[in-house]
Amino acid sequence: MTRRDGGQQAAPKASPSTWNLRLYIAGLTPRAVAAFENLKQICEAHLAGQYHIEVIDLLKTPQLAKGDQIIAVPTLVRKLPEPVRKIIGDLSNTEKVLVGLDLRPRT
Amino acid sequence: MPRLKRKANSPLSKCPTGIQGLDEITEGGLPRGRPTLVCGGAGSGKTLLGMEFLVRGITQYHEPGVFLSFEETAEELATNVASLGFPVQDLIQQERLALDFVRVERSEIAETGEYDLEGLFVRLGAAIDTVKAKRVVLDTIEALFAGLPNEAILRAELRRLFRWLKQKQVTALITGERGDGHLTRHGLEEYVSDCVIVLDHRVINQIATRRLRIVKYRGSRHGTNEYPTLIDESGLSVLPISSLGLTYPVSTDRIATGIPRLDAMLGGKGYYKGSSILISGTAGTGKTSLAAIFVESVCRQGGTALYCAFEESPEQVCRNMRSIGIDLDPWRKKGRLHFHAVRPTVYGLEMHLATLHKQIQNLHPLALVMDPVTNLLSVGAPDEAQAMLMRVIDFAKSQGITAVFTSLTSGGDALEQSEVGISSLMDTWLLVRVLETNGERNRLLYVLKSRGMAHSNQMREFQLSDQGIQLQDVYLGAGTVLTGSARLVQEAQDRATFLAEQQAAQQRAQALRDEQATLESQTTALRARIEHIQAERQAVQAQEEARAEAACADQGALATARWADAPTAPHPRRARKGDGR
Repeated sequence: MTRRDGGQQAAPKASPSTWNLRLYIAGLTPRAVAAFENLKQICEAHLAGQYHIEVIDLLKTPQLAKGDQIIAVPTLVRKLPEPVRKIIGDLSNTEKVLVGLDLRPRT
Repeated sequence: MPRLKRKANSPLSKCPTGIQGLDEITEGGLPRGRPTLVCGGAGSGKTLLGMEFLVRGITQYHEPGVFLSFEETAEELATNVASLGFPVQDLIQQERLALDFVRVERSEIAETGEYDLEGLFVRLGAAIDTVKAKRVVLDTIEALFAGLPNEAILRAELRRLFRWLKQKQVTALITGERGDGHLTRHGLEEYVSDCVIVLDHRVINQIATRRLRIVKYRGSRHGTNEYPTLIDESGLSVLPISSLGLTYPVSTDRIATGIPRLDAMLGGKGYYKGSSILISGTAGTGKTSLAAIFVESVCRQGGTALYCAFEESPEQVCRNMRSIGIDLDPWRKKGRLHFHAVRPTVYGLEMHLATLHKQIQNLHPLALVMDPVTNLLSVGAPDEAQAMLMRVIDFAKSQGITAVFTSLTSGGDALEQSEVGISSLMDTWLLVRVLETNGERNRLLYVLKSRGMAHSNQMREFQLSDQGIQLQDVYLGAGTVLTGSARLVQEAQDRATFLAEQQAAQQRAQALRDEQATLESQTTALRARIEHIQAERQAVQAQEEARAEAACADQGALATARWADAPTAPHPRRARKGDGR
């Protein structure tokens, strides 16, 4: 409930902390590639210069799935700023991604 | 060709669960390499079943396992089952068990397009590979339905998951929450259709009972009933008791009843070993005492006995039995006598059966006492209680246990019937009854039936004293049966009569003796007289002879004097006498 205000604050203006994003994929599937492309576009558009994307391929490092409780792929995890947010899917719905990342207030 | 044939005929490979009873009703275990669905309501023991399946798989069959929990964290799970003695933490450290907690929080997740559950597959696959798992448990995978918004994707992925598990050749156990009208809330049975097990935890008459049923098992025979299930300190046990048949071996050995005279009534040797004995009677007729003396005798001969007391505490039974000279305490201390004292209402009939089963399997007793079985009626309907007892009897017989059941006959009922209708199942039936006469109650015992032995048809008076149990002959005479003081009175009377008659006879004999003596003395007197008379007669004769001789001599002298020339005719005697001279 209270996240809404925080989200609004964090959204348009550049937040002081950098955005630490993790994208979990399982192999370079078309869906994974699409997700990465979509994420890149959104970040460039909204968080230019303040973000860091880490791509984790679970096929290579399956043990990392435990830490962030990943079950679906692709999953985007916003590690920073807090709170942790998770967005699943190929990130094709930009509106939903923005809401999910708290870059846009939820309606 | 032979190989092909064998393959075609070879039954489904099974994966033993190691859970008591479950392998029996599934005839070997769960289908190997296939998923099995376990569904049930909250608290029906699904998680426990899953965990026990894994732990026993590891410890008993050396098949490592993976537990994927969607509800409880690994720590919580480990703690929960630690109370059952499952060394989960150790197994994890030995890398024989992998425990993974999958948390799906819908509020944290936003959905933005196409996705799949490869993440879950990867995690599960990694866990399986780490421990080289042969068994997998997914504890309530339905939690995903709450966590993931897109049901269509989820269903497709679940279908893929189960197919994938089959490919992985792991025996999987999937739990599901029971839904209304469906086996599971989200229709998991649609995907997992090789074997479905339903757990049930229902409350009837305020008594909760756990049950387990195999709804389906593709390609295998299985028990179809609802089986009572028990969760206790050693985990889950299923009791496939009704599967017992009438195929148990019988023994011709005998076992003493503890009362020598009762042994004598039962063909001289006592009960048959492994038979079932019913002791019925009204309140206060000494049923418990008969059971206790039997138990004591069994323990004294080195056997083990299990005493199920439904009415009294072990201490009370021991104290009461001590008062009639039966000391059970030493056997309790030596561990030969085990008490299982519970109120029947503590749990349902199945649970009673289950606990009994467990106790018997742990102890392997020679004798079992259930005192009294009629109390079980307070838990279930008569037919249920009868069914339960039938199972106990069958089970005891199959184990070669001599079982004694006491049955309370309430006042006014026909004596020769048992309340729970089990008399026909019994091999030996002792009836204890009270005879009320002359203001006192006396116990009578008789053998109503005893299969396979020449038993006495006699009633015995049954006495409880601080000397123990004694059987007395009843008074059978003059067409009446007398017991207690009436018997004593009658016996005293008989004794008095006997004594009087004896005395009379003695007196008569004495009189005769006296008379004989009198007569004999008289005879002696007479004989003395005879002798006297004889002597007198001889004296008289001698006198006469002397006189005659004298007279003769006198005559001779006179003749001489008179000068008589003719001699006097000689007297014969005088002449003889004279001749002799």
